[in-house]
Amino acid sequence: MAQITLKALAHSYERNPQSNGDYAIRRMDHVWEQGGAYALLGPSGCGKSTLLNIISGLLEPSDGEILFDGVKVNSLPPEERNIAQVFQFPVIYDTMTVFDNLAFPLRNMKVPEHKIQSKVHEVADILELTPLLKRKAKNLTADEKQKVSMGRGLVRDDVSAILFDEPLTVIDPQLKWKLRRKLKQIHEQFNLTMIYVTHDQLEAATFADKIAVMYEGQVVQFGSPHELFENPSHTFVGYFIGSPGMNFFEVTTSDSGFRYHDIEFPASRKLLQQIDDIGTDNIKLGIRPEFVHVWDNKNSEAFEVDVIDIEDLGTYHIMSFQFKDTVMKARLHEDQKIPTSKAWISFPEQWVKVYVNEFLVEVEGD
Amino acid sequence: MIKTENNKAWFLVLPVFALVAFSAIIPLMTVVNYSVQDVFDAHTRYFVGTEWFTKMLNDPALQSALLKQFGFSFTILLIEVPLGIGIALLMPKRGWSASLCLVLVSLPLLIPLNVVGTIWQIFTRGDIGLMGWTLREMGVSYNISRNAVDAWATIILMDVWHWTPLIALLCYSGLRAIPEAYYQAARIDRASRWAVFRHIQLPKLTNVLIIGVLLRFMDSFMIYAEPFVLTGGGPGSSTTFLSQWLTTMAVGQFDLGPAAAFSLIYFLIILAVSWVFYTAIMNSQKEK
Amino acid sequence: MKSRIALIVYILFILLPIYWLLNMSFKTNEEILGTLTFWPQNFTFDNYIKILTDPSWYKGYINSMIYVSLNMVISLCVALPAAYAFSRYKFLGDKHMFFWLLSNKMAPPAVFVLPFFQLYSSVGLFDTHLGVALAHCLFNVPLAVWILEGFMSSVPKEIDETAYIDGYSFPRFFTKIFIPLIGSGIGVTAFFLFMFSWIELLLARTLTATNAQPIQAIMTRTVGASGIDWGVLAAAGVLTIVPGIFVIYFVRNHVAKGFALGRT
Repeated sequence: MAQITLKALAHSYERNPQSNGDYAIRRMDHVWEQGGAYALLGPSGCGKSTLLNIISGLLEPSDGEILFDGVKVNSLPPEERNIAQVFQFPVIYDTMTVFDNLAFPLRNMKVPEHKIQSKVHEVADILELTPLLKRKAKNLTADEKQKVSMGRGLVRDDVSAILFDEPLTVIDPQLKWKLRRKLKQIHEQFNLTMIYVTHDQLEAATFADKIAVMYEGQVVQFGSPHELFENPSHTFVGYFIGSPGMNFFEVTTSDSGFRYHDIEFPASRKLLQQIDDIGTDNIKLGIRPEFVHVWDNKNSEAFEVDVIDIEDLGTYHIMSFQFKDTVMKARLHEDQKIPTSKAWISFPEQWVKVYVNEFLVEVEGD
Repeated sequence: MIKTENNKAWFLVLPVFALVAFSAIIPLMTVVNYSVQDVFDAHTRYFVGTEWFTKMLNDPALQSALLKQFGFSFTILLIEVPLGIGIALLMPKRGWSASLCLVLVSLPLLIPLNVVGTIWQIFTRGDIGLMGWTLREMGVSYNISRNAVDAWATIILMDVWHWTPLIALLCYSGLRAIPEAYYQAARIDRASRWAVFRHIQLPKLTNVLIIGVLLRFMDSFMIYAEPFVLTGGGPGSSTTFLSQWLTTMAVGQFDLGPAAAFSLIYFLIILAVSWVFYTAIMNSQKEK
Repeated sequence: MKSRIALIVYILFILLPIYWLLNMSFKTNEEILGTLTFWPQNFTFDNYIKILTDPSWYKGYINSMIYVSLNMVISLCVALPAAYAFSRYKFLGDKHMFFWLLSNKMAPPAVFVLPFFQLYSSVGLFDTHLGVALAHCLFNVPLAVWILEGFMSSVPKEIDETAYIDGYSFPRFFTKIFIPLIGSGIGVTAFFLFMFSWIELLLARTLTATNAQPIQAIMTRTVGASGIDWGVLAAAGVLTIVPGIFVIYFVRNHVAKGFALGRT
């Protein structure tokens, strides 16, 4: 069983890191609970693979600690960590049969052959690999190969966490959802911690209970897919999650709220005070295209904007419009009237988020 | 890869065909022509049919030379293949030491065959050669011009020295082509060093080893210049290889008929062994 | 650590005979034939000076280099399109053609020595650089086709198709896009072509007399009336290793990547 704790963990590939930019992983504290299904989501180069390799033990972190159930494992090699890992490209032992592939980790641990037999068959059943057991692993399809490499982790009784490094990259699109459901099923059946690295938000959202979004070497938000969507805590999360991403526009503060050109967005005194304490010019307001209210007619509450483009995406439309000097997007429902050259929009107050220095700011103790 | 049917591709192959045919077909025809005739001089020749072939196949001296040739090829393969794989595994993977190793290991490959013979001839001499002198000083009786066993051992050592680098280089690049994830997965699966070699490295080396073994078989079966320079075929005819027999017969004694018949037999043996070897490996790979 | 030692022992095994040749090339004949010394006591360049100032010696190197370069150019020029055809298309007799080509690599040069001599004499190629280069094509061209075919097969066919859609003609696609893609392959092929042509002796010696005589054949002259001139022989040997060192140096980066001949 494993609860994985990262304590003041950081990693740099440089020998003498100087600035933040030298770190692939910036100092972070994080806990992966036992038995959870997690996703590690982020663009390529954000450090998610580095973090995964630190967890699996292929890489030793340069700073901080990694704990498995409270025990420091920084320098333990992967073979002593009770983890299994599924790689981006299927790793199978070409010359062996599927059965031998699944039995390989057990044979390396000198498990008696009759136990291997029953364990391999059990796992093969779950993964629907039983008809293939006698086949050479080399001739399998990519999704079967990925199942075999996952099976090598499942046969071991001592495995308490499985790490996935973009495991669906080489799988045919129509098979992806099938394999994803299999993963989900295995998660429910075995009491395993699973960490799934991906750059695809849909994969992350369907697989994981909680998603850690990584950006420039740090976890910028850790929460359920729902939280990430409704309440992104960093502009990057807003931009990265959702399609299209969140709209942002830069504002300045005034006595009673935020000023965007000649438009005033009211805000509480308390919030303004908080922002003032941080002391920066980098203030943005953000709203998801889904929450932009588009009115059918001219309206006293609404701003008049120029429509740039309407994109037809089948069941809905995406409207791009010019809001002063910012191009923004709004999502129109199927039955909604499609504006032609002018549109009237408004921003419902509860969906307008305030970002200072790219991080979400909310009124404290409210 | 799925290939498209296109007979125009012949135009791309035509230059190769013309070039190789010029140097291969006409001389081969000449050889076939000689092999069925008895040639006295440029104007006097008789058709003798398969007589030369029968004679050559029944010649005990050539039979034993053929046997020796097979023995030699298999011996050097047995030594060079495992040694080459071993060296490839030992070579550093990156950095300046990797480059240096590559250059040093490939050195023997680019030395002309007779210079290789010369180097070893000098090296093994009891008076001026380091190895011969050292052995003599240690009281080991060693003389390649008198003792057939010494001569054989030296030729094998020379071939190992000269050609193991080829196997090593092929394997080295084969090993470099294995993605890091395989080694990582093996660590997680708690594979031993031997299991990693047996189940990851060796299977990935099969293709380059086929190339290496085929090249080495062909070239060792045709070996000529190196033993010729080192031992001159002696002592006696103990290290006279087939190519040397052939050149002596054709150029030295001008026995064109027998030499030609023998050439064809020689050629066909190499062709047959290479073909059997190649298809056997290819089939075992395709098997499920 | 143990593995380091094993590797160093192997490299010493490789270098020792070469060192001995080098050592000898800087000695006088008196020292060579006197007591055995591990390094030159009377260091001398005389042996090298003799070779580098005597045209009958150094022309051998020039001859060798000319026919080896010629062979490399010819082999690559004809092998590139042919390898492309084998890697991309099915055509009448392709498999037989490929095996026939390879079978020429398997033909012992000794088999062809005499007919070659007769053929090349009758068409006026005897004792010319082109003659030796063409003769070496017999085994080098099949080898080049074989190696290049492996590399080309590993280049996805979609690249060709995209280029044709973008309006490239075949020659332009081949020279501008395809050849740069298989750079490593060409480097490795060049290495092999150089190697087999440079080290070959039997054909090169038989097909030349004076004008195109390779250095290997000239080396046999060191046997004079007064016995073997060991110092000059050693120096000549050392000089035959030098071009090889340059070739390895140039292709060393391709070797790691591409020596597997694209067949892994």
